[in-house]
Amino acid sequence: MTFFENAKKVLQQNIREYGMYIALFVIMVFFTITTNGTFISSRNIVNLINQTGYIAVLAVGMTLIIIIRQIDLSVGFLAGFLGAIAAIAMADPKVIPNGLNLPVYAVIPLTLSLGVMAGLITGFLVAQMKIPSFVASLAGWLIYRGAILVVTESTGTIIIANSAFNAIGNGFIPDIPDIGILPGVHKLTLLLGVVAVILLVINEFNNRRKKQSYNFEVLPTEIFALKLIFLAAIIGGITWILAGYQGLSWTAVIVLLVTLIYNFVMSQTVLGRHIYAIGGNPDAAELSGISVKKLVYVVFGSMGMLSALSGILFTSRLQSATTTAGTLFELDAIAAAYVGGVSAAGGVGKVVGSIIGALVMTSLTSGMNLMGIGISYQYIVRGAVLAAAVIFDVTTRGKN
Amino acid sequence: MNAPILEMKNITKEFPGVKALSDVSFQVAKGEIHCLVGENGAGKSTLMKILSGVYPHGNYNGDVIFNGRVQKFSGISDSEKAGIAIIYQELALIPEMTVYENIFLGHEIKNGLLIDWNETIKQAGEMLKKVNLDINPATKVRNLGVGKQQLVEIAKALSKDVKLLILDEPTSSLNETDSENLLALLRDLKHQGVTSIMISHKLKEVIEIADTITVLRDGQTVATLSKDEVTEHKLIKHMVGREINNIYPKREHKPSQEIVLEVKNWNAYHPTLGRAILKDVSFNLKKGEIIGFAGLIGSGRTELALSIFGNPDGYRLSGELFINGIKKQFHHPQDAIKTGIAYVTEDRKGDGLILIQDVKQNITLANLYKISQRGIVNNNAEIQVANQYKADLNIKTPSVEQKVSNLSGGNQQKVCLGKWLFVGPDILILDEPTRGIDVGAKYEIYTIMKDLVKQGMSIIMISSELPEVLGMSDRVYIVSAGKIAGELNAEEATQEKVMQLATN
Ligand SMILES: Nc1ncnc2c1ncn2[C@@H]1O[C@H](COP(=O)(O)OP(=O)(O)OP(=O)(O)O)[C@@H](O)[C@H]1O
Ligand SMILES: [Mg+2]
Repeated sequence: MTFFENAKKVLQQNIREYGMYIALFVIMVFFTITTNGTFISSRNIVNLINQTGYIAVLAVGMTLIIIIRQIDLSVGFLAGFLGAIAAIAMADPKVIPNGLNLPVYAVIPLTLSLGVMAGLITGFLVAQMKIPSFVASLAGWLIYRGAILVVTESTGTIIIANSAFNAIGNGFIPDIPDIGILPGVHKLTLLLGVVAVILLVINEFNNRRKKQSYNFEVLPTEIFALKLIFLAAIIGGITWILAGYQGLSWTAVIVLLVTLIYNFVMSQTVLGRHIYAIGGNPDAAELSGISVKKLVYVVFGSMGMLSALSGILFTSRLQSATTTAGTLFELDAIAAAYVGGVSAAGGVGKVVGSIIGALVMTSLTSGMNLMGIGISYQYIVRGAVLAAAVIFDVTTRGKN
Repeated sequence: MNAPILEMKNITKEFPGVKALSDVSFQVAKGEIHCLVGENGAGKSTLMKILSGVYPHGNYNGDVIFNGRVQKFSGISDSEKAGIAIIYQELALIPEMTVYENIFLGHEIKNGLLIDWNETIKQAGEMLKKVNLDINPATKVRNLGVGKQQLVEIAKALSKDVKLLILDEPTSSLNETDSENLLALLRDLKHQGVTSIMISHKLKEVIEIADTITVLRDGQTVATLSKDEVTEHKLIKHMVGREINNIYPKREHKPSQEIVLEVKNWNAYHPTLGRAILKDVSFNLKKGEIIGFAGLIGSGRTELALSIFGNPDGYRLSGELFINGIKKQFHHPQDAIKTGIAYVTEDRKGDGLILIQDVKQNITLANLYKISQRGIVNNNAEIQVANQYKADLNIKTPSVEQKVSNLSGGNQQKVCLGKWLFVGPDILILDEPTRGIDVGAKYEIYTIMKDLVKQGMSIIMISSELPEVLGMSDRVYIVSAGKIAGELNAEEATQEKVMQLATN
């Protein structure tokens, strides 16, 4: 077989998976052209990533929720509410009544634990009380919305003075000391990028070797090489863009970590397999010895924790907790997951896909903002893209 | 022979990696009952799906000539318009709707814009009469047994003025009486001028009812036999391509006296049905033994199995359960599995398989930890395990990475079996293990069962096929209306005795 036949075959077989990347790529190229390059500038890309952050972590959790055939509408206001709690916990009691003056390193675990607890409550309603998650989380949506208003009633917007906390949403990782080479480039970011590429290549080679040792089919050599070059180019490109500005932002680091961990759990571990099994056929999963109830708790608990994280990212980015924080986050997260290929019927979807979905949606916003397109048209375009993505997903599904 | 109502010429259909049909020709005469037989994965269902427009024109090669015209169906609605109706093995009725609503679903009788319910109910009644079903058309489908639901499906087909009726394994989940009824109905319809095609693995009923039989093997037509020349032996030979003389492998092994499982005074109450479903059940199972649970469909055998297997449906239980002499209480199937019990469900699509996942993931699902280290699944070991079972059980699939929804019914059943064998249980509960399985594969499964008990496994077999229960079991328990109605040794058990106990 020739190189092109091979490439065509691999692409056809994986069109669903690669489709999203291609879509993201096309969107980025489009905006780069229409904004004369502003879109791809370091500054804008960093902004884009930081803006995606708080939706991206929600989309990750939502992916798991939708995989097990549930939904969680409460995550937006839960994020907003927990952000406000974090702000109050850090605040100086002289400025904000009820302020606890707690240090950042205590506030973050506290907020995350509260998130887990909130998630477990929804989980309890769904798993134990058998209330449809749509209703259970709609109740949460109302309750947390009210709760935000309650805790910010006397103060209105709570300004956060803590610079460490504010760095989460606005700051960058430090650089290694200047050694004279590559001035104006963030060297630690560059170094991390190089390390990432090396790890990726090693990992891919290992997997390939292991597969070969079992005599399993592997990608044809040229295609494998092409894939490696392509992935390395993407990582390299993004690294270069980021390093040219202030380097990797803390938000990016957090999102990367969350994605890596969740992707690993979902694709490599027994836990992940069990979650997919429940989504695929809960009755069969139960009879296979998997406790559906327990995993509903786990998945909602994780969603709660990620909601807290989203709240932290957002509050920190604004450097304040507002009375409307979290509005519509849940729908953005759900949209991102669907754009990323999660199936409403359950059992299908990838964490990385949802991250790409989130990037697609924020790229649209960012690009259209730069082009000066009004907010009304932005909604329409994003709606159309969501519909198109799901149509693509549904029509390619049967053929796989 | 009458003029053909249907001719399928040189039909070829490929799926990625599988040639399901190659150059198949198939002819059905007007007014006959034509049976289609063949091994699992031979292509029977695929051929019928082409005929009924599930695989639209252009998706296959060859011609479908129905009523003298080349038909180019682009969907089921086209074939329905032409007078073809297909009834799948999985019933397609809506349980929460009434019988009359179901019968006219999709082609409602209208009076202007509104549905004419009175006329609907009247006509539904007429259709029910045609299928000899004496029920109130206002009954909810949910409240009917499978046999009656099957008849409602046929009534639905008749209401569409069907000329050719296709039934894909209609009797596989029916009991003897219901099967008899169904076959009688097919004969009736034949006299009313309806042509039928029936797929079945039950060769006895095929021989009983067919005017003509077509045998498929590996996607090709290997024989077309008329009813005068056919024998079961001949059919089997055409189907599997070799002779099979014994249907049941020889019993050469004696179970030990050690009791591995004992149930005493077992009662179960179904909270949603609001009634007792098991009453004072006691039985035991010895090491290396196969016991059979015979009884009518709905007699409570599956519920008994589930109540032992961790009680996933949440019945209220009382009574005692002993495993190896130790009293146990399971709160979840997980507990039962850990104790060495496996349960192969009767409903492979409903609660057996994860249809959207592939063969390997289904096989390893119940025992993922075995191929994992520290919670991380070894994907390559998984493929190896799956390939092993693919070979051992002779699962027909191009690769273990094929989605199970793409497998033929019989091969899906083998995946289910493989999944539970991989758990390595001491006690294996098989619920209708050979439903939808061809004769050759049945023999393979029986042989596997014999091997397993020889290695010390104990098996509970629930089956509605009496010959199979009698042929395989060391002892038979007869279940009737949630009670044990009797126990017979292999030597004393006969069809008559079992049926008598089962219907008492
Ligand atoms: N959608 C599909 N995608 C891929 N392969 C398929 C698909 N449907 C059927 N096949 C394959 O085509 C072959 C014929 O399948 P088919 O369902 O027609 O068999 P069958 O004769 O009805 O068997 P059984 O008696 O087990 O029901 C099988 O090998 C099956 O795996
Ligand atoms: Mg079939």
